[in-house]
Amino acid sequence: MKTTGIVTGIIANLVTVEINGPVSQNEICFINVGEDKLMAEVIKVTGKSAFVQVYESTRALKNGNTVEFEGHMLEVTLGPGLLSSNYDGLQNNLATMEGVFLKRGEYTLPLDLEKQWEFTPLAKVGDRVVAADWLGEVKEGWLPHKIMVPFAFEGEYTIKSIAQAGSYRVSETIAVLTDASGEDRAVTMTQKWPVKVAVGGYKEKPRPYKIMETGVRCIDTLNPIAEGGTGFIPGPFGCGKTVLQHAIAKQGEADVIVMAACGERANEVVEIFTEFPELIDPHTGRSLMERTTIICNTSNMPVAAREASVYTAMTICEYYRAMGMKVLLLADSTSRWAQALREMSNRMEELPGADAFPVDLSAIISNFYARAGVVVLNNGQTGAVTFIGTVSPAGGNLKEPVTESTKKAARCFYALNQNRADKKRYPAVDPIDSYSKYLEYPEIIAYLKEKVAPDWVDKVIEAKNMVLRGKEVSEQINILGDDGVPISYHEIYWKSELIDFIILQQDAFDKIDSVCPMERQEFMLSLVLQLCHVERNFEDFEACSKFYKELINTLRQMNYSEFKSDNFNKYLEQLKKFMSNEQ
Amino acid sequence: MSSKAFQRTYTQLEAITKATVSLKAQGVSNDELATVAGRLAQVVKMKGDTVTLQVFSGTEGIPTDAEVVFFGAAPTLNVSDDLAGRFFNAYGQPIDGGPAVEGERRFIGGPSVNPYKRKQPSQLIPTGIAGIDLNNTLVSGQKIPFFADPDQPYNQVMAMVALRADVDKIILGGMGLSNDDYLYFKQMFESAGALDKIISFVNTTEQPPVERLLIPDMALTAAEYFAVDKNEKVLVLLTDMTLYADALSIVSNRMDQIPSKDSMPGSLYSDLAKIYEKAVQLPDGGSITIIAVTTLNDGDITHAIPDNTGYITEGQLFLRTDTDTGKVIIDPFRSLSRLKQLVIGKQTREDHNQVMNTAVRLYADASNAKTKLENGFDLSDYDNRCLEFAKDYSNNLLAIDVNISIDEMLDTAWTLFGKYFTQAETGIKAELIEKYWKA
Repeated sequence: MKTTGIVTGIIANLVTVEINGPVSQNEICFINVGEDKLMAEVIKVTGKSAFVQVYESTRALKNGNTVEFEGHMLEVTLGPGLLSSNYDGLQNNLATMEGVFLKRGEYTLPLDLEKQWEFTPLAKVGDRVVAADWLGEVKEGWLPHKIMVPFAFEGEYTIKSIAQAGSYRVSETIAVLTDASGEDRAVTMTQKWPVKVAVGGYKEKPRPYKIMETGVRCIDTLNPIAEGGTGFIPGPFGCGKTVLQHAIAKQGEADVIVMAACGERANEVVEIFTEFPELIDPHTGRSLMERTTIICNTSNMPVAAREASVYTAMTICEYYRAMGMKVLLLADSTSRWAQALREMSNRMEELPGADAFPVDLSAIISNFYARAGVVVLNNGQTGAVTFIGTVSPAGGNLKEPVTESTKKAARCFYALNQNRADKKRYPAVDPIDSYSKYLEYPEIIAYLKEKVAPDWVDKVIEAKNMVLRGKEVSEQINILGDDGVPISYHEIYWKSELIDFIILQQDAFDKIDSVCPMERQEFMLSLVLQLCHVERNFEDFEACSKFYKELINTLRQMNYSEFKSDNFNKYLEQLKKFMSNEQ
Repeated sequence: MSSKAFQRTYTQLEAITKATVSLKAQGVSNDELATVAGRLAQVVKMKGDTVTLQVFSGTEGIPTDAEVVFFGAAPTLNVSDDLAGRFFNAYGQPIDGGPAVEGERRFIGGPSVNPYKRKQPSQLIPTGIAGIDLNNTLVSGQKIPFFADPDQPYNQVMAMVALRADVDKIILGGMGLSNDDYLYFKQMFESAGALDKIISFVNTTEQPPVERLLIPDMALTAAEYFAVDKNEKVLVLLTDMTLYADALSIVSNRMDQIPSKDSMPGSLYSDLAKIYEKAVQLPDGGSITIIAVTTLNDGDITHAIPDNTGYITEGQLFLRTDTDTGKVIIDPFRSLSRLKQLVIGKQTREDHNQVMNTAVRLYADASNAKTKLENGFDLSDYDNRCLEFAKDYSNNLLAIDVNISIDEMLDTAWTLFGKYFTQAETGIKAELIEKYWKA
């Protein structure tokens, strides 16, 4: 029998319920308000009182309203049809909701139950299988969507029957499995999984050993992120977090992209589902929307569902990873999720940690980042979830709890710098503060040597050093004045500016410059370094700055031209002629 | 707004703070409206039988045996076309001497638009001010605040923008407006002959601060009526959101909530987002655009109020006085319109994006040169040209008293580039240089 209860207290979306039976932590319940049923989650229990956070507006809720507990945690439905869908944080399909306004208590099905999928079996009767093993596949667009033994199945099973190739709806039985005690269990094309629990069912989780190309130079060249790696982008508002994240979503080398808009602007989500169907995936040539799932809990949607939204997104990613896919999860912004935790912790009158955030914030964040990674599946294939989160530090100050906790958990750090943004040097990723721990991984270094160029990592380090040196001398020039330093200082400074303008800066709104494949990145960095290797003894600092400004202008025109096109080659010829004159 | 059917009366208060009262009561619903000794109040907390009410006009003089009457429902506004041209207080009651508005009763602070049903904003709103149109183009359905120190003429600029914008309705939500500013708006609207398309909800500094909390929801409920039901283009002006946030902190403090940064409630982000996210481009052509004012303390945008606002809104327009020219300008460094890319080069000329960025970059070079000068260093020829350029740029383009078309703004910028710089120094794409360069 289900546990029930009645409402005894309300503060905003925190509701106290007197219960008449057992409940578990994080169990889902529904509160009856008139005709509506409001979904809520148990977040604390004391004696006969359960504290639940309501995922909807609690307007008109009364003491005495009845509550029904569901006996399970918050779950997502996994199955074919997740791609190109737009969900809210609780996986309600936003596209099938009626009316312009979100209606309280309206819950829609995540998957289309009527749609027929072409099923092909991959296993046969008599095979012994465990959770996450592949039973068959359907074509979800171009993607071979694997139908797996549900993750929740424990122990070993024998396939008793499996459906023949043909069209099936998601809820039809496609296999019957027999467990060790002889009991039969039916498997359909869908399964449910509690979002707060990491999906297992793989053999091992090795260290990341490959780079995930993003087409963004200041990431791929300077601080590359690994496939299955983690990174985060903190930055004050207006520094280009969203533009950078959308660029990664458009160009990232992944089979599946899940965008979790967590407590951010609705218009940013509108931008994705308006533009992505029109844009082409540079890797497959298909519409970008075909590989994208949007989980959207915008800032005006109920606060409690914000937390759910990032977990829902991560679970969907893990599901595709178990099919051997390369998945990229982008969450914007994890600070909003942390703020949602803070609001609840405050209403529950818990003792606060730093900046009134709950004390376990750091643990929650690192547990979440730990769900990303490369995995080797039971059948030997690999899959990966790469996770990039953004952080919105209060006042742009990176010494705040969310940034600090995330820094401990994520391996790549892309610090957006207000000063660079003010000067319109976009993307405003600070070349000195930012880092990628993956550049220190021997397996990644070996990969880059083979994939890009044997001396690539050395070049990257050289470029970084030149930028750092440039910053140091520019500070000295600022203190001592243009005339107060040797001309050679100006040259060092301008060489770092050359790297800044040509490699670091990139026009996200230019059709050509916005995407820079690795081959082109290698070419441009080598060219720029070659130009930097020459010592030019200028008469005075004005001649120096004039020379480099012209050089920068020529190379910028190259960035705006199609790689190796006539136009591009024309500028290249100019440079080559000029360089040969120099020698 | 009072319906007598469900009224229940109590006369025993258990606790009184400066903004709230608590009492034992039954059958009360969350967010329900009530009166305490005749003053409007709203249910904010229930614990067992104990109900806490936030009294909008403050609790001064409320006795422990005050009469508390519950209305059985959350605050509402009567909406109809008759709202146009009228002035209301925070409770939606007329303050212009006219009759109460008849119409459909709607709850204020209603649900959000389904993000999937939104349309991408795409309509440029020209204002004639180059600091906005050229550098920070506004788009209908956008939400954007002016960030300004209290001494800046933000209300005047906002009124100017509103009257120049091509919209069907302008809704003013005034929070803690000084009586002078209230009369200024009234007079501006009257003299522009635009009164019939303006609706105002006003709380002045003479009225209790907590009342302000109702203003944005009232204004936006009216806005949704015209935008959703009538498919109209609505511009909502909210001034001053800093005073709104201050009222939030008063209430949360009285309810013993643990404050987060700058003594603001931990829910400040969500509270502000609920308001600003009402800005929308609707599928049937209606739209709500929000222009707000957030006053700053000495230009400090790291304070919790402007900081949270900046993360919610689609950019900000930063007003400051340029000390070189003595004019109020829209600061090109600190200002931003996130939606400008949706119209720049699409509804404006192809060179818009590069001209805008180049001018700002050169202005940044000028500011570096200025620092050098202040530190007593010699300036290079380039530095001097940048400084001259910056003066012209500030006078002819950034100043808020400029009123020209976008093409004229672009031409002005090209003229300045040609006057002070070589083609290479601008770094603009060759094909644009060929077409637009003015020697």
